[in-house]
Amino acid sequence: MQPQKDYSHIQGWGADLDHANRPAYPKERTPPRLEGVHWDQPVPQHSSVEVFHSTERADMTPVYGTTVPPSGLSGRLRRYAFRYSENDIRHWLLLLFADRINMFEGVGADLRHGKVPNVFAEMGGRAAFKYNRKATVRKMVVLSAVAGLGVYWLMRRRRR
Amino acid sequence: MLAMDYRGPYRVRPEQKPEPVIEHPNDAIVRVTRSCICGSDLHLYHGMVPDTRIGSTFGHEFTGVVEQVGPSVERLKVGDRVLVPFNIFCGSCFFCQRELYGNCHNTNPEATAVGGIYGYSHTAGGYDGGQAEYVRVPLADVGPTIIPDDIEIDDAVLLTDAFPTGYQAAEMAEIDEGDTVVIFGAGPIGIFAAKSAWLMGAGRVIVVEHIEYRLDFVRRFAQCETINFREVGDMAIHIKKMTDGLGADACIDAVGCEAAGNALQSLTGIKLKWQAGSATALHWAINSVRKGGVVSIVGVYGPTFNAVPIGNAINKGLTLRMNQASVKRHLPRLMEHIRAGRIKPSEVITHRLPLEEVSDAYHIFSGKLDNCIKTVLVPPSAMH
Repeated sequence: MQPQKDYSHIQGWGADLDHANRPAYPKERTPPRLEGVHWDQPVPQHSSVEVFHSTERADMTPVYGTTVPPSGLSGRLRRYAFRYSENDIRHWLLLLFADRINMFEGVGADLRHGKVPNVFAEMGGRAAFKYNRKATVRKMVVLSAVAGLGVYWLMRRRRR
Repeated sequence: MLAMDYRGPYRVRPEQKPEPVIEHPNDAIVRVTRSCICGSDLHLYHGMVPDTRIGSTFGHEFTGVVEQVGPSVERLKVGDRVLVPFNIFCGSCFFCQRELYGNCHNTNPEATAVGGIYGYSHTAGGYDGGQAEYVRVPLADVGPTIIPDDIEIDDAVLLTDAFPTGYQAAEMAEIDEGDTVVIFGAGPIGIFAAKSAWLMGAGRVIVVEHIEYRLDFVRRFAQCETINFREVGDMAIHIKKMTDGLGADACIDAVGCEAAGNALQSLTGIKLKWQAGSATALHWAINSVRKGGVVSIVGVYGPTFNAVPIGNAINKGLTLRMNQASVKRHLPRLMEHIRAGRIKPSEVITHRLPLEEVSDAYHIFSGKLDNCIKTVLVPPSAMH
């Protein structure tokens, strides 16, 4: 017989040894132990913003988010991406590409509203200096050197 | 209102945004009192999640006070203190009827593979999240749970995602008495999974990580063994040597798509994005578990594909279980564990910052600076 190990130093050891104590056992449990559902299907939400839906479902969900509707070139790319199913990698690659375009659109929107984005602060520059000063300074020196070399090279090309 | 505003990879800032409004009869508007940054928020922050739009507000772990309710809300009233599960779910669809609230079919039109989630890009439904002063909470009659008087608010906010996810990770590992469980990742999820494995009767709990302060923390919090993977050669060989040559009974992937540890995975998955992130932890889990064992996956991966040794999983006869945590079904039992003194989730909170400092908060959490494990953001109205 195997000797029993002593787990008394571990607070609560074995409290859920019995699978019946585990909330997600069995994995699928029906009917659900849930209060508050007073609908067979939630009533549909009505919004005026454009919301895409996956081609892998026939219709909109009754409830959905309406934040940041699609706009600009990134919006057009996203609209095109939703012609492809979730099963098609083009759907996801187009959405990622749209995200990158959207980043530049965001800078443009800031400038149009008279705001120059403080990229240093947005990237947590203050915290970087406080907690990782050496690496941050090193990174800034390297970036400045690369930028300086780039500017120098461009100016030389122009003179020729 | 003040809210976190995503401006692009590695760029977030506090911004004035319009307050949310009731858009569906069963909506509530909640004034946020605590909001955490999750490890999975870093995938958004790093630009890894498709359809993350500029101007979005992240945050799927929050508590708050009900400020307004829609005309069909019956179970909440203004003034109720609530914790809000990160899942947005309807309670009535095919999946909710089976208590799979993380897989609701009625709350995310943009991806059938993903249930609705607060503040997790349009791929998860396009909802703004709780890293703000106010948040729209749909289907308020089923999601939010009133915080009992004997549960502290800092424990309550860990019940919205982190603790239930760690616990469900251990549940999905199908742990039996005396099992050896290896957990990859000593972030909050891995830390809670380690503690939960003991609750389920594990005989040995081993956590794998490369960041020393996190290894120190999990050793103390979860009384487990630890491995720093930078100090071992081959992970599978190392774990088999620790387990009489057989491998662990169960392995848990609590890392997800930005795993360190393998240069090829990191290059192809993170730098070049030829796959949906780096699957190093999952690769190790499959190869370190014994034949017939269980691999439990709660780490988040992208929607395309990843290179993992599926052939080994087949030949070894593994059981792979995975899902987003179904938070609501776990709350009663997890609150019992807190009340019984078996676990104090708020011990993982290392940083509390005002919402105004959200840029620094993300940088600290992403860079693992200042021994950061879990960061809580506090909106201006909740600072007292």
